Formats: sequence, C-alpha cells, structure tokens
Amino acid sequence: MRKFIGPTVLTISMALGLYLLFMLYISGQTMLAAVFLGLLTLTTFVFTSPRAYAYRYLFPGITAVIVFVLLPMVYTVSIGFTNFSSRNLLTYERATQYLLDETQRVESTGYALTVHPDNKEYRLRLESPDTGEVLLTEPLALKRAVSLNVEVAPLDPVQAPVLAPALPIKDIIALQKDLKLLTLILPNRIELRMVGLREFGPVAHVYKQLPDKTLKKVATGELVTPNFKTGFYEMPDGTKLEPGFKVNVGFANFVKIFSDEAFRGPFLRIFVWTIVFALISVATTTGLGMALAVLLNWDALRFRGLYRTLLFLPYAVPGFISILVFKGLFNNNFGEINLVLDALFGIKPAWFSDTTLAKAMILIVNTWLGYPYMMVVCMGLIKAIPADLYEASALAGAGPLTNFFKITLPLIIKPLTPLMVASLGFNFNNFVLISLLTGGRPDFLDTTLPAGTTDLLVSYTYRIAFEDSGQNFGLAAAISTLIFFLVAAISLVNMRLTRMNKA
Amino acid sequence: MAIVVDRSNRWRILAAHVAVIALIALVMFPFLMILSISLRPGNFASGSLIPPEISFEHWRLALGMSYQAPNGALVEPDFPVLLWLWNSIKVATMSASVTVLLSTTCAYAFARMQFRFKSQTLSALMLLQMFPAVLALVAIYAIFDVLGSYVPWLGIDHHGSLVLAYTGGIALHIWTIKGYYQTIPIEIEEAAKVDGATQWQAFVYVLLPMTVPILMVVFLLSFIGAIIEYPIASVLLHEQNNLTLAVGSKLFLYEQKYLWGDFAAAAILSGLPITAVFLLAQKWMISGLTAGGVKG
Repeated sequence: MRKFIGPTVLTISMALGLYLLFMLYISGQTMLAAVFLGLLTLTTFVFTSPRAYAYRYLFPGITAVIVFVLLPMVYTVSIGFTNFSSRNLLTYERATQYLLDETQRVESTGYALTVHPDNKEYRLRLESPDTGEVLLTEPLALKRAVSLNVEVAPLDPVQAPVLAPALPIKDIIALQKDLKLLTLILPNRIELRMVGLREFGPVAHVYKQLPDKTLKKVATGELVTPNFKTGFYEMPDGTKLEPGFKVNVGFANFVKIFSDEAFRGPFLRIFVWTIVFALISVATTTGLGMALAVLLNWDALRFRGLYRTLLFLPYAVPGFISILVFKGLFNNNFGEINLVLDALFGIKPAWFSDTTLAKAMILIVNTWLGYPYMMVVCMGLIKAIPADLYEASALAGAGPLTNFFKITLPLIIKPLTPLMVASLGFNFNNFVLISLLTGGRPDFLDTTLPAGTTDLLVSYTYRIAFEDSGQNFGLAAAISTLIFFLVAAISLVNMRLTRMNKA
Repeated sequence: MAIVVDRSNRWRILAAHVAVIALIALVMFPFLMILSISLRPGNFASGSLIPPEISFEHWRLALGMSYQAPNGALVEPDFPVLLWLWNSIKVATMSASVTVLLSTTCAYAFARMQFRFKSQTLSALMLLQMFPAVLALVAIYAIFDVLGSYVPWLGIDHHGSLVLAYTGGIALHIWTIKGYYQTIPIEIEEAAKVDGATQWQAFVYVLLPMTVPILMVVFLLSFIGAIIEYPIASVLLHEQNNLTLAVGSKLFLYEQKYLWGDFAAAAILSGLPITAVFLLAQKWMISGLTAGGVKG
C-alpha cells in the first residue's frame, strides 16, 4: 500500500502541472508556458530518476529560494534598465491594443436602451427614435466583467418574442459595469456601445493599424508612430499618447542618478546620511551593549538576572510596535516625551519638523532597539574569557578601566567585528525604522522629486517606487541595483573577517 | 571567587546599581507610558502621565466592541485589530510550516548526502540571504502581479502570495538545521538501513524524531520573522481587512487621524503574545543570534 503513495502523488501533481501548462499555452503566454514546461520536466526528472536522488530533498527548497529571492534580484536589476513606471506600465503589445480599442462616438443618433430580464439572463432591446428600427440581443449573462462582442440583427416585428417588463434605472446602474464592456455589432459592421445610461450609440475606432507598425488617426489621417526610445506613441508634432509602454532605456536611469543636477544633490545627501546613520547606530548600540555586558558580568553585582531580563525586553517586543510607540511618544504636540520635557525644562522640541532633531530621535530610537542584541552577544563573549586573567590583573593592582581596555576589549573585539559589520549592513538598509518613524520626513525643500532629510537609500527607493505620484519603478530599481553592490561589498568584508577569526 | 577586593568596591557597586536602575527606568518608560495611555480616556494627552481616571474605551475598541461616548454617541472600532492579529498569525503559521518542511529536507541532503556543487550551493545560499527583500520590492510586486492574473489566490492582496514570498528566506534555517543534524551520529541511521529501511525512512522515522527541538526553534524563529515582517506585506496587501498587524498598526497614527489611545490598547493586545513567544523561545535562540541574525 505504502509504496503506491509516492507515485500516485507524483502522477496527480504531473496531471495538475500539465493542465496549468495547457491553460498558459491557450491564453497566449508562449514564453511562460515554455519556462513552465522546462520546470515541469526538471521536476519529473528529479523525482523519478535514481541518479538525482539527493536533489529530491533539495529541489523544493532551492526552487523557493531561486524563485522568491534570486529571481526578484535579477528582475530588479533588469527593471533598472527600463523606463517601467506608472506612465509606462504596459508592454508594447498591450499599449497598442489599448489604443486600437479606443473608440469615439460618431455624430449620429443612438438607440434607446431597455434591459429585459430573461430567466437569469438579460436581453437588450434597442430602438432607434428616428426610424423605429428595433434590435434585440440573445439572452446575455452580464456577469463576468469581460469585454464581449455580440452580433445583433434588426428584429422582424412579427417574430418578436414576448419580453418581460424593462428593468428600472437602478438595476441598469447595477449592470452598468458589464454593459459598458459590451460591443454590439450590426450586420453592416457598425459597432454600438453604451454611451449613456439609456442609450447605445454607434462608435468608431480612433486609430487604425497600418502594416508598418504605425497607427493612423482615422478622423484626421495623422500618422502616430511608436517611439522605442521614449516608450510612447507620438503624434507628428511630438505629442505623446498615453498609455506609454515599457522599453529598454540602457543606462539612462543610472546616468540620471549621477549626472542629473536636480537628482544628484539629494541622492548624495541621502547617501551620506545613510552611512552616518549606520555608523553611529553601530557605535551607540555596541557601546551601550558592551558597557552593560561588562556590568552584568560583574559577580559582585546582585539582581543581575532581573536586570538582564528587563534590559533585554526592547529586543523581545516586535519592532513595528515599539517604533510606532516611539512615534507617538515623540509627537510634537501631544507626545508624552514633550510633556515631560515641558514640565521639567519648559521646552517642546519639534522632533518631527526639525531636521537635526528628527535625526537625533531616529538615533535614540535605534539605540533603544539595537543595544540588547549587542549586550547579549557581548555577555556571551565575556563569559568565555578565563577568570584567572582578571585575578592576575587584580594582583597587579589594576583597576576596572585597565581591566576593560587591557583584557576584555582586546579579547572580544575580534569575534565581535563580523557581527558589527553585519549590524552595519542591517542598519544601512533599516527600512522599517525610517518608514514607520518619520517616513523620511521632513522633506528637502529644494528638490523636484520628493526626498526626505531622514530618508535612507532604501526608504528613498521605496518612495520613488510606491509613494510619490510618478511611481518610477525603473529609477527605483536602478538605485536598488547600486545598493546591491554596496551590500555585496559589506558581505564580502564580513565573510573575510569571519574566515580570519576561524583561522 | 577569590578575587582581591578593593576598598572602594562598595561604592562602585552602589554606583553600578544606580546607573543600571536609571537606565532600566529609561528603557521601561515607553512600556509604562503605553499602558497608562491605553487606560486613559480620549486620544490626546490629558496633561498627566498617570491617568486620573481609568477608562476601558480603548480596550473595548481594540477587542472589536463598541462603546458609548460621554456625549451619548456610539463609538465603533475604526480598525479590525483582532482580524489583523488573526491574519498575521495565519500567514506566520503557514509560512513557518512551509519553511520547516522545506528547510528540513534541504538540510538533510546537505548534512548526509554527497552531490556535485554541494559546498558552492551552501555558500550561495548564505550569500543570497544577505540581500534584504526590501531592495527587490518592485520585482516582488511585479512577479506577484503576474502570478495573480493566473492564480488569483497567489496575487496581490491575497495571503497566499505573502506566504510564498516568505518561503524564500530559508537559507539561514537550512544552515541551523544542518549544523544540528551533524551533531547526531550517522551510525543510528546506518543501523536502520542495515535493518532494511530506505534512505527516506531512515530520515523520517529515525533522524527527524531526534531533531524535534531544533525544528521547534526554526518554526518559532520563522513564525516571529513573518509576524514582524513589514516591507513585503506593505507592498502586497492593500485592503484594510487583509492587512497584517505590522502593516495595519501604522494606520492608527496618521496626522489627520491620530488615534493614540486606541493604538496603545491595540499595541499591548497584539504585542504581548508575540513578546511572550519570543521570550519563551529566546533561550534556544541565543545560539542562533550569534550566528549572525539581526532582528528587525
């Protein structure tokens, strides 16, 4: 019985896979279907061939890493070389189709529309007020919200079926979404579309495709050519038509980052702040953490266990909650920190609108968040130092400061360095802190694209991609690519340091 | 311990106690404040740090109940906090299960089998782990946008996409589990094979039961990791009822609509269980922490 389970599961999965493949192929995604076919073949091979036995264990996990970690990285780099943005969102084919689907009402009278229920379906009855001609569609479901072309023919009054009473206007409003997607085609190929709540009218396509990829504006005869440098269809006078399409722009995004004056200024300032922030964060968290670790390893101190637990708490609370708590506590007007400061010193610092104070606040919060990790790590390292070293130094009459600088620090700094570098890399990309605390604000006043004085490179990238009106994915991906190199450099340094420790 | 004791030692100890207690007071300040704020009527500072009267209005709202305001109006909860908590737990449980499933099998192959490119694959996994997902958000968004047009429940604004996106982060766990497997003598599995077990049976019935503790640790680690994850969730989820806690909590503190008291109650309600899980798990985690994981 047991030995059938494996093959059965495999067969069923293969059947499902083949079905998906078939669906992909039918929907016209040939490339995607080919990739999927390759994947399916590989899966079958790995799970049937005895030679690939070890890979059976690896396959699912490695596939997940490749698809959800490696692929997004590669894709990000490739987006960096395109003009992908909210204005150039579609592929060339989709943008062309969009323009070809665009219609315009023709100057002629339309047909009065009534909708009649027919069981669970609907029939549309159209009557021309001029000629009295009546059109009636077959029963339509009007449920799927997809574009639909329906042939319709004038009705012979003699054969007219008995129709249920017409729907009231509020039901037509409910059906409006589907009705708008409906194109009725008359025998003489004139297309009718919904032009008003009670009216269908003849429409004509605005553009016609010519064999040489250009479009012709039917009304004026103007030629519209696709420009593969800018990613737009352009009129003869250079006007760009929306929507644009995605094209390869080479190094344009990178050139923009480094040479566009309006962009280079804020980018460099943000870059400098990112580095300063990461360095200071590592310094403060390590400094405080190490000091506490030394104190809490002191045998003469009582209640060390309790102290340790309480001091560890900031690390145990989910970061997004504590950061938001600080956001509220630091609030300029009704934050509790300003309440205390006001009562004690009569000052109300504007933590969120003053650049320097905002940066100070970020560093304070990040120290609070980060020191417990360093504390725990340092405590572990200090425990490993042989006690007789301290006994010897005590005999020699050394004080605690001498002990720290001559024994403790030199002994823990080497294993600590890779962790400090890792922490540097982490803070370099500390998106959650900035995004939840200040959102990068206060903004620079002298930039074209919104850029924040407290933005790190990653949060700046996020703003370019998802928040500000432009949604310039291409530019954001180009900056991400640059950060990839920085992260890779930090990682390499870190690996070198770790290896040195082991040697 | 027989360390020579200095005469000024008592004063030093006292100074150390004072310093540590002062620091603890500073560190604990946000926790105590948030508790006080959650019990204080109204959403704005009332001028005192300890609430003069205790009101449970914020707690009622956080628990999804309505209450009657002093002016007689019915106040309904603005945000579905419990639903968000449930979403978070759902996504985290699923992604932690998938993570454990994928990383145990991978780690077994790395620990016990010989195949080509083994050490290269291991290093590559480690290296990939160092690039934070926040850098590839645009691509992740685009990938799930496409995926969603074929398989709706894996698209934008569905929890399936989030679970899938989180399964990519298994590299560190593979290393952890592999290290644990290697501490277990291979002779036990070999004995099972001599008795006629296949490799798969030796893995599932012999090795796996001995490694339950590390699997628990990995489960908890990835569970917490998924609960506190913010960037990917903020990009993939939009609709208010689909949000996870990490994304939703932010909505309380908009300048235009500042629900400070409501946030305080929601923060304690959701933060307490997560913190408890973390503290319970931390004694196992310390070893994992020094291996280079930095929590966000």
